[in-house]
Amino acid sequence: MEREAMEFDVVIVGGGPAGLAAAIRLRQLAAEHDRELSVCVLEKGSEIGAHILSGAVMEPRALNELIPDWQARGAPLNTPASEDRFMFLTEKRAFRFVTPPQQANHGNYIVSLGNVCRWLAEQAEELGVEVLPGFAAAEVLYDDNGAVRGVATGDMGRTREGEEGPNFTPGYELLARITLFGEGCRGSLTKTLFERFGLREGVDPQVYGLGVKELWEIDAAKHVPGQITHTAGWPMDMSTYGGSWMYHFEDNLVSIGFVVGLDYQNPYLSPFEEMQRFKTHPLIREVLEGGRRLAYGARAISAGGFQSIPKLSFPGGLLIGDGAGFLNVPKIKGTHTAMKSGMTAAEAVFEALADESASGVEVTGYRERLEQTWLWDELYRVRNIKPSFHWGLPLAFAYSAIDTVLLRGKAPWTLRHRPDHEQLKPAAACKPIEYPKPDGVLTFDRLSSVFLSNTNHEEDQPCHLTLRDDSVPVQVNLARYGGPEQRYCPAGVYEFVEEGGESRLQINAQNCVHCKTCDIKDPTQNINWVTPEGGGGPNYPNM
Amino acid sequence: MKILVAVKRAIDYNVKARPKADGSAVDLANVKMSMNPFDEIAVEEAIRIQEAGTASETVAVSIGPKQCQETLRTAMAMGVDRGILVETDEDVQPLAVAKLLKAVVDKEQPELVILGKQAIDDDSNQTGQMLAALLGWAQGTFAAGVELADGSLTVRREIDGGIQTLKLKMPAVVTADLRLNEPRYVKLPNIMKAKKKPLDTLAPADLGVDVAPRLSVLKVAEPPARQGGIKVPDVAALVDKLRNEAKVI
Amino acid sequence: MTALVIAEHNNAELNAATLNAVAAASAIGGDVDVLVAGAACQAVADAAAQVAGVRKVLLADAAHYANALAENLAPLVVSLAEPYEHLLAAATTTGKNVMPRVAALLDSAQISDIIGVESNDTFVRPIYAGNVIATVKSADAKKVITVRTTAFDPAAASGGSGAVESVAVADAAGLSEFVGEELTKSDRPELTAADIIVSGGRGVGSSENFAIIEALADKLGAAVGASRAAVDAGYVPNDYQVGQTGKVVAPTLYIAVGISGAIQHLAGMKDSKVIVAINKDEEAPIFGVADYGLVGDLFKEVPAMVEALDK
Repeated sequence: MEREAMEFDVVIVGGGPAGLAAAIRLRQLAAEHDRELSVCVLEKGSEIGAHILSGAVMEPRALNELIPDWQARGAPLNTPASEDRFMFLTEKRAFRFVTPPQQANHGNYIVSLGNVCRWLAEQAEELGVEVLPGFAAAEVLYDDNGAVRGVATGDMGRTREGEEGPNFTPGYELLARITLFGEGCRGSLTKTLFERFGLREGVDPQVYGLGVKELWEIDAAKHVPGQITHTAGWPMDMSTYGGSWMYHFEDNLVSIGFVVGLDYQNPYLSPFEEMQRFKTHPLIREVLEGGRRLAYGARAISAGGFQSIPKLSFPGGLLIGDGAGFLNVPKIKGTHTAMKSGMTAAEAVFEALADESASGVEVTGYRERLEQTWLWDELYRVRNIKPSFHWGLPLAFAYSAIDTVLLRGKAPWTLRHRPDHEQLKPAAACKPIEYPKPDGVLTFDRLSSVFLSNTNHEEDQPCHLTLRDDSVPVQVNLARYGGPEQRYCPAGVYEFVEEGGESRLQINAQNCVHCKTCDIKDPTQNINWVTPEGGGGPNYPNM
Repeated sequence: MKILVAVKRAIDYNVKARPKADGSAVDLANVKMSMNPFDEIAVEEAIRIQEAGTASETVAVSIGPKQCQETLRTAMAMGVDRGILVETDEDVQPLAVAKLLKAVVDKEQPELVILGKQAIDDDSNQTGQMLAALLGWAQGTFAAGVELADGSLTVRREIDGGIQTLKLKMPAVVTADLRLNEPRYVKLPNIMKAKKKPLDTLAPADLGVDVAPRLSVLKVAEPPARQGGIKVPDVAALVDKLRNEAKVI
Repeated sequence: MTALVIAEHNNAELNAATLNAVAAASAIGGDVDVLVAGAACQAVADAAAQVAGVRKVLLADAAHYANALAENLAPLVVSLAEPYEHLLAAATTTGKNVMPRVAALLDSAQISDIIGVESNDTFVRPIYAGNVIATVKSADAKKVITVRTTAFDPAAASGGSGAVESVAVADAAGLSEFVGEELTKSDRPELTAADIIVSGGRGVGSSENFAIIEALADKLGAAVGASRAAVDAGYVPNDYQVGQTGKVVAPTLYIAVGISGAIQHLAGMKDSKVIVAINKDEEAPIFGVADYGLVGDLFKEVPAMVEALDK
């Protein structure tokens, strides 16, 4: 099939903080050196920010470096962090602990990362970047030497059966001398690059968390702008990694969320319902009571840290942002590192492309530069915190304190990770979890939550949640693990339904909020998340 | 022949509208905005007429804040030749929009104006009819099909319970209904080309139109939640209730 | 204070929607006159005069009013508007076509699709597809209004004793010409236009079982709808879908069969006047919005209902 092709110097996949920072830095450098350099950013969301979901407390370090006058340019960093609280919860009570040093937020801002990205995109466009939302990069293109040559966007207008519909429009080939992949956690193309170039050889498997977030508008009397609360403990048991955030920011808004480590073992666990249950804690209920829920969403994050960082370069391309796993888990922040990785990649790429004939080269200078930055140092120091949670909460707390305070992150050992999808125990060996029924005021069911993500996908298109083997859901997942996908999916995509006495997996792909959890946690890695038609997915406001 | 097509920047159809906590207005802060879906159909129709060789030029006009430029760029990426933005931050109601559009029509002299039948925000369903009235033109509202021949326009209209066919004298105003066509996907290269198409900006004052609103919104609220009614014991009771209490069958 | 209601009719019979518009006009509080403009439509005028609350009927009888063409009708209404403070029509496709043209000629803003009357200048209307309800106040001397018919109980068709008065007709505008009309003759009405809708959900279980839903629909002269779950499961085609991503409907009677009532479905039918739910799951959210709920097996209850309707 003929596809139209377009040439750029650099194509960036993903309009998040990493991709946009890279695009901005590239055009800044081009302007400084008076060089022509075409840059395009592809974004699968219907607009920049539509798929971005984060807490978020943002450390402005990378932004200060990238756009020092961001304040004058109206960046939406409006709420300085004022108070840090770290609480340990039991079912009924909350104990205030000393805030771990990584979580001290003085000088940081509570933001909507979606809005920050919308603003970054405006800055990028002003600098001449082609920002193209609504187009999903669906395929990596390679040249005859096997180097990445760019990406192709997905076809539009295919029917459910994959046929060309009446409005069929083929995808486009976006050819580039260098392609940056900033797809975010568990990028669908990044996953194929890992395989093809063996980028994960010799590093730990990536491990993940799933964050479920709600945005609430609360009673002004209860609103404490800048207040940051993190909790550990209830409703997680001592052996399951998870915790919450609650940030008060502008306009009486509160961002509240719960992260569950996807290395959880009990297939009956439901991150969505843990979030709902969490809100019933007196500490949280008191704040939310009388308010109204405005938005809902979910997204997986990379939690492997330093020891899970893959090889970052390959002929013709680089990995940037959380797709490469630059999140600082103990800090619970990845925006500053994502941006820094994008900026550093931009500098390395700019240097490599000085040679006008350079195309499809491997920009090894990226990693060399990165190792010299604060990002590398920061991630190295905290590398042992997350894996220590395998030992359970009390030991992990103790270890983390020693590792951080006494060893200052310079322990002569590195704790290892194990892949999340191998962690589930058979349902028969686990105890079902009784979650309370939603009350429709403080706690909700999945579908009314998904409603607030404004997610949608054109109905008549091939299902973007593909199964390698159609028999696995019933014969393995349901039989052995009790159908965990119906619980870990925070959007109600997966349902086992009975028809004529037989179970069948119903995939409600329209509900998908692109969190990628199924791609991560499916025990036999049978589910492969691929990009739906561009523009599909959530439309998060202020998330 | 020149076609003018009017496009409105409205809340994206996937996004749920919600009143602000104080009930003063609908909360649109950082909410995704798009071209009103019915206007997209209007644009598609204009382009199809042009592609069929019947129109020589298509011009899109939008009225509203600066961000309406994006809406016009979308129309141009779909294929419209150029754009006109009547820029104002006022709440411009349908009557004022119709007056502004009339002024643009006076300047541009199109023979056909196509609009969406209504915008999915205020759901007024007025502008096309009002514009036709002010111009003294024929109107083909809720169009499901249009055909141009021998200086007249045959419009198939979606009416309650069926389809009505009218023959209109040109020039005329047409408003697009859902089934008129299915808008195309915007082609990626055309998005970049659209950035280079001409876009003029005017102010309402340039057009001599007073856009002051005639309707004031006293409050907006969420619709009252529907209350559950009663459970009936059996089918006989249900049919009885429907017949004698609700009187709906 | 007097209101003029523009009657909708086919030159032989008064359309029932006019009765709802008269009711809305009466709710404003003043006298109510009705304009019957058509061709050889004396019978309609006589019927309109019988409607409870109607003071008098203006009859404009001329060939060029036969099809309610907006270009001809609007100038007539404008020529008669002088004594009236309120000009109303039902928000049918005819009313929606004509009234904005009237409003513009009078230099008045129109208040579309009202569902409530707060005072003689303040009205309630749905916006954002019914997700938001706005209360709006008009600053115009003449208020041009269309009325959502389901929001006002119809005025009684008899009991009134209005006088019928012929009025001078205006010239034909010569802008438009009626060519023809194809009214849908199918036994089953179109979803968005239907008065009654019977919808099936995943509980129906299969494509074949949808015959049960269809049988009830046919008995009631209703359209057939479906929830997304039923569409996704392949029981019925896409265009049956009622809900957030399907069609938004507001019939007089909506019967939800085997539909749990997820918010995505409710978004598409919650403005229905009367909602009936038949579901075996007593806890199904649909019962939270249904006026009449029947807990039971749809395979038993729905055929029983078809039978009961024969009695």
